[in-house]
Amino acid sequence: MLSRFIFSVVLLFGFGFFGFNISKIRKNILIGKPLNRSDQKAKRWKTTLLIALGQKKMFQRFLPAIFHLFIYVAFLFTSTELIEIIIDGLTGSHRFFWDKLGSVYILLINMIEILSVLAFVATLVFLARRNLLKVPKFQMSEMNGWPKLDGNIILYLEIVLLICVFTMNGADESLFLKGKSHVEGSGSFDFIISSFTAPYFFNQFEVSTLILLERVGWWGHILVVFAFLNYLPFSKHFHILMAFPNTYYSNLSEKGAFNNLNSVKEEVSKMLDPNFDPYASIDSNNNKLPDRFGAKDVEDLTWKNLMDAYTCTECGRCTSACPANITGKKLSPRKIIMDTRDRLEEIGRNRRKHGNDYTDNKSLLGDYISEEEIWACTSCNACVQECPVNIDPLSIIIDLRRYLVMEESKIPSELTGMLTNIENNGAPWQFSQVDRIKWAEE
Amino acid sequence: MNKLKVPTVAEMLANNERPDILFWVGCAGSFDDRAKKITKAIVKILNYCNIKFAVLGPEESCTGDPAKRAGNEFAFMMQAIQNIELLKGYNIQKIVTGCPHCFNTLKNEYPDLGADFEVVHHTQLINQLIREGRLLLKGGGSFEGKKITFHDPCYLGRANQVYEAPREVLKKLDSELSEMKRSKANGLCCGAGGAQMFKEAEKGNKEINIERTQDAIEVNPDYIATGCPFCNTMMTDGVKHFEKEEKIKVLDIAELIANAADL
Repeated sequence: MLSRFIFSVVLLFGFGFFGFNISKIRKNILIGKPLNRSDQKAKRWKTTLLIALGQKKMFQRFLPAIFHLFIYVAFLFTSTELIEIIIDGLTGSHRFFWDKLGSVYILLINMIEILSVLAFVATLVFLARRNLLKVPKFQMSEMNGWPKLDGNIILYLEIVLLICVFTMNGADESLFLKGKSHVEGSGSFDFIISSFTAPYFFNQFEVSTLILLERVGWWGHILVVFAFLNYLPFSKHFHILMAFPNTYYSNLSEKGAFNNLNSVKEEVSKMLDPNFDPYASIDSNNNKLPDRFGAKDVEDLTWKNLMDAYTCTECGRCTSACPANITGKKLSPRKIIMDTRDRLEEIGRNRRKHGNDYTDNKSLLGDYISEEEIWACTSCNACVQECPVNIDPLSIIIDLRRYLVMEESKIPSELTGMLTNIENNGAPWQFSQVDRIKWAEE
Repeated sequence: MNKLKVPTVAEMLANNERPDILFWVGCAGSFDDRAKKITKAIVKILNYCNIKFAVLGPEESCTGDPAKRAGNEFAFMMQAIQNIELLKGYNIQKIVTGCPHCFNTLKNEYPDLGADFEVVHHTQLINQLIREGRLLLKGGGSFEGKKITFHDPCYLGRANQVYEAPREVLKKLDSELSEMKRSKANGLCCGAGGAQMFKEAEKGNKEINIERTQDAIEVNPDYIATGCPFCNTMMTDGVKHFEKEEKIKVLDIAELIANAADL
């Protein structure tokens, strides 16, 4: 009875706190500017199925994709077992589906056990990649401190979780063999891994010890699951949830198509319209301040840019494909996204503490991202192409450039000349427009 | 050599004619000495296939691509709106560009501002002409049996997913088409995009075009084929950096085809 009560409290608190943090993140994302991504629903679902559920872009790099797949599929299957754990926890039953599902149950647990072994191996490989092999993309400066610890915490939690699963099943198998399991009768569960491990690791224990081990495994499992769930909103690991909405709301246009700024279009159209009357009275219904050109801070980005930031799992594929980063420049697309999330979290905290109008006189551009970084970008779209969950660092970089150039007139001096030439003679170089066809006579 | 026939749209209209297709030359193709050769190669192909085309000549202006990518939306918009007015005035239905940057801007960024025309890159047009049998290649000429590697321009490849047209064209040369380790969607930028062509690179430990040229040199090619005048400049400089200019030539696909067809 007590255990059922404790379980109910854990369940309520586990989901409650998670929901609370999710609503905070939702609010933060909605700080972003509007952007219509509600079109082409069929294509969006297809993208989600292929990219998020189907992991298509992960397989651009085969080996990490395979190990990632082990953990991912194990996660999907183990999640179904949670249903039973919750029923057992709330009602005091033991293996609720054991006699109801029969051989399907055995098949399902077998799948979970096999996948858990694969996930265990994959977790060790990932720990090795980060800590022993020191894969370069995990050693870059933006990974120092919390991001590095975050990555390892998740992997350690996974190890604990998997050990709990095997302790639970192994001890229960041993109990069942001795006829002492909470499941009626005696025999083997026929779970492929635990029927193998029970004789080696568990049969030598007393029944009371086994009962304790089984409970430790069971409680450990569910507690780690809830710890994990509530760790997600604070971690890069949030991608396991965000991958789905983020791919659904992907940019479906060609990657080369940069958005046109409507505010600029209106201004320029007026400039070019000979019938436009600059002295005409300003529409009094429309006296709000015009939007800032480009982005200085996260509030100037779209909600999709901000969703991108919460989706990033800091894998670094973008950065390892970035020509600027490869050749030693300061730019790292991963850092652009991580900075956006860090700054957004900061603004969210400020707003909750001091109200929505509070400013801390800091900004994404300047305090987090430097001009040197954004000017190193060649707009080649390699980062966008690489991202396994369709994050778009390039659109943030371009919006930061737009702010610098159009609001602050800060631009590398050579580019000033290029722009003047375009305005004066319709070419980035100083050649007269009337000479555009001279090549034909040469 | 036959003199090139390069009518402007204005001249055509004066004769009560309209071009079937507008050839958008672009700034590099108009003013850069190396890129002018690519422009001429494209015109040779158009002339040979009797395509009724025209250029804008002195009426052509920058599409605004480098301004947009440098963050100056105003300069971009000035160019775009005026270009669209001009193109609409001439009732242009189809455009072929000699540059992936013009191609991308005209095709993807102008429709939103009122433009309505089909845009193709010259490698796509050449591929179509060959497929339709209008451009006949009797083998690959001097390129037969040579090793060619194709550098994907970012604004043709990743930006617009045109990977196969240039390769299909190259296969017609009866040469060995050899891929670099980073190609197609994984291709590495030459370093010129995003207005980098017009500025010094930020501080780093290497120039991007050197990194990319190394990719090309690894496959030990006789020719590096490109489809972009800026990539051409960057790769040519890269080849010179490694003092390989005697061994490896950097040519546009239009030049390779015009040359092989003996135009």
